[in-house]
Amino acid sequence: MAAPEHRPSSREVLFMMTCLCDAFYADVAKAAVQVLEHAGCQVSVPPDQTCCGQPPFNGGDFEVSRKVARHTAAVFAGERPIIVPSGSCAAMHFHGNALQFEAQPDREGVDSLGKRTWEIFDFLVHGLGLMSWPGVLPPRRIAIHHSCHTRGTHTGGAIRTLLGSIEGVELIEFGQDEQCCGFGGTFSVSFPHISAGMGTLKLDHILDAKPDLLVSGDMSCLMHLNGLATKQGREIPHRHAVEILAESLDRA
Amino acid sequence: MASPLQPIDDYARTLAPETRAAVIKSAAFTSGQRIEVLRRDYEDPDALRKLARKIKQHTIDRLDHYLEQAESRLKAAGAQVHFATDGPSACRQVLKILQEHGVTRLVKSKSMATEEIHLNPFLEKHGIESIETDLGEFIVQIDDDHPSHIVRPIIHKNRRQVAESLERHGLGAYDDDPKTITRRARVHLREKYMQSGAGITGGNFVSAESGRMVLVTNEGNARFSMAPNKVHIAVIGIEKLVPRDRDLAVFLSLLARSATAQQITVYTQFINGPRSANQPSGPEHMHVVFLDNGRSQVLGGECREILRCIRCGACQNVCPVYRQASGHAYRAVYGGPIGAVLSPLIGDSISFSNYGDLPRASSLCGACREVCPVDIPIPDLLLKLRHGAKKAKLPSPGSPPMGPFADLATSPKLWRTSMTASRAMNYLPLQFAPVKPLRDWLDQRTLPKWRGGEFRRWLKQRPSPVEDQKKHA
Repeated sequence: MAAPEHRPSSREVLFMMTCLCDAFYADVAKAAVQVLEHAGCQVSVPPDQTCCGQPPFNGGDFEVSRKVARHTAAVFAGERPIIVPSGSCAAMHFHGNALQFEAQPDREGVDSLGKRTWEIFDFLVHGLGLMSWPGVLPPRRIAIHHSCHTRGTHTGGAIRTLLGSIEGVELIEFGQDEQCCGFGGTFSVSFPHISAGMGTLKLDHILDAKPDLLVSGDMSCLMHLNGLATKQGREIPHRHAVEILAESLDRA
Repeated sequence: MASPLQPIDDYARTLAPETRAAVIKSAAFTSGQRIEVLRRDYEDPDALRKLARKIKQHTIDRLDHYLEQAESRLKAAGAQVHFATDGPSACRQVLKILQEHGVTRLVKSKSMATEEIHLNPFLEKHGIESIETDLGEFIVQIDDDHPSHIVRPIIHKNRRQVAESLERHGLGAYDDDPKTITRRARVHLREKYMQSGAGITGGNFVSAESGRMVLVTNEGNARFSMAPNKVHIAVIGIEKLVPRDRDLAVFLSLLARSATAQQITVYTQFINGPRSANQPSGPEHMHVVFLDNGRSQVLGGECREILRCIRCGACQNVCPVYRQASGHAYRAVYGGPIGAVLSPLIGDSISFSNYGDLPRASSLCGACREVCPVDIPIPDLLLKLRHGAKKAKLPSPGSPPMGPFADLATSPKLWRTSMTASRAMNYLPLQFAPVKPLRDWLDQRTLPKWRGGEFRRWLKQRPSPVEDQKKHA
């Protein structure tokens, strides 16, 4: 699910907070705004934004998810790049919408959405051309979980580039890292046992590598892994990758 | 009343830990080896699969042309060609051929097409003994089981269970040494080859240009099934064609690496018709049964890319859902990602309602697409099938209705209000909520603290609030 090749990379950007950050992870959205501003961006946050429409889309309920996508396309209309702290919502914009609007007469609006959307790390590195990030952090072994929706995109490499450039950060590997965390949105609701089995296996692999911190570009995976770990009495310190950039700025 | 759980999740819930461990171990090992061998042998493995994708897509786009070409080349080489619209018709045609040659015992090499049409039970009903000669399929047969993987039929069994099967079948006292297991099966099967009157195989590829058919095995059992027999019958899905002989180089390179992480299978057989002056050994009669069984319907539909599949099983190996649930969870002949697409689409008219739930058994993680040697966009096809199931109003237990969510997500004011109001959730005992899916979810997971609207408040309170927020305030 490759991201579009030519996307606008102006520093006047629209920020999409994602419903997950709206509801649970205010700190991630704050960090993303701070990071973008540090990179010289002028950030606008359209207040009428809600969700990318992925939950009904994944359920195959395209009639319903198209409604949400149309709303989002209207809220983010214009020319400016749209920056999202989630590879999953970004992929919905440039891949999912293309699929569900294939034969729709009004696909233009969502096409524009897809052509302007960047996952935030992809934007920082490939849109703005940043190759390193300033600051120093206390020595930490960090494991990166690449969310499935960033397969085939430049997000994974971009996260490694920026986090790896921060003094004090040691990126570590873990086993079967191509495997899914088991969340999959409504999948984890419809298939709770398989999903938990997948997540538990993922946790085993990550914890085996003994990281100080688990980092990802998608809070949904981290929410799922932490939700499982907590119930199992295991601890998995976790943060969105953009929070690491923000923290590094605080210490710069 | 629909069952409270998705059937595949329910199956996985009660799966024996030993079975799950066997599947995970073997599937994960092969997945790892697969990428290793591809990266070692090719600078850019992706370029090869993009080429394979092109060739296969080209072939299925002109399938009528290539089928005609293959038919005429096969006939020219002395083979007889039959077309079967569905499973029952294919079975009847095979039976007729066997009866014409007076065959009552036969040997078979591994073939998913014959699994698909349930050939063995059909032949048995008509008094014909059919012996599976692939070791995995042989175990499946003596256990009265079904293959749970398209390349490794008994991936769901460990060697102790295999040893028990042989013992039950009277092939010696329990011994789980793999060498002993293989030797015992071999001795048993050698005799069967000699007593048979026909060999039935599948077919991995057929070149339309030459009518040359390719069979790959690691045990040599396809060769053995043909060597002592007068009659060879190959049952082949119509999508197994490739345009030219030289295309086989691409597909043989990808098939073995993708399926079993081998550079090439141990036995690769090129069959150019029955025995003739140019081909002095082999069966005197060769029959090829091209099987449609819903494939031409698929060709005209929105999931046509699935016909590019070369049955390597790499998607099954890498699939985290398949690893947790095992192939039998899918109920159909084809399980895992390939099966979740194929099973609702092929066979008879009730396949879609029978297997319409299969496409839901995926987190849409996309690992299957990443490993597919012909780059089939499996997650996209799963989504299209989910949409089809939704339109057909098939039941989907545990899937919350999304209408109310969409109403909320298209009413920004209401959305913002509920973001803040839902903080009350933090004080509710959600594990007792009247929503079954939520209770099931929370049975094994916790939810983070609800902090709805906090980011929006932070934006407003900033010394230099961002522009749109200011406008809105």
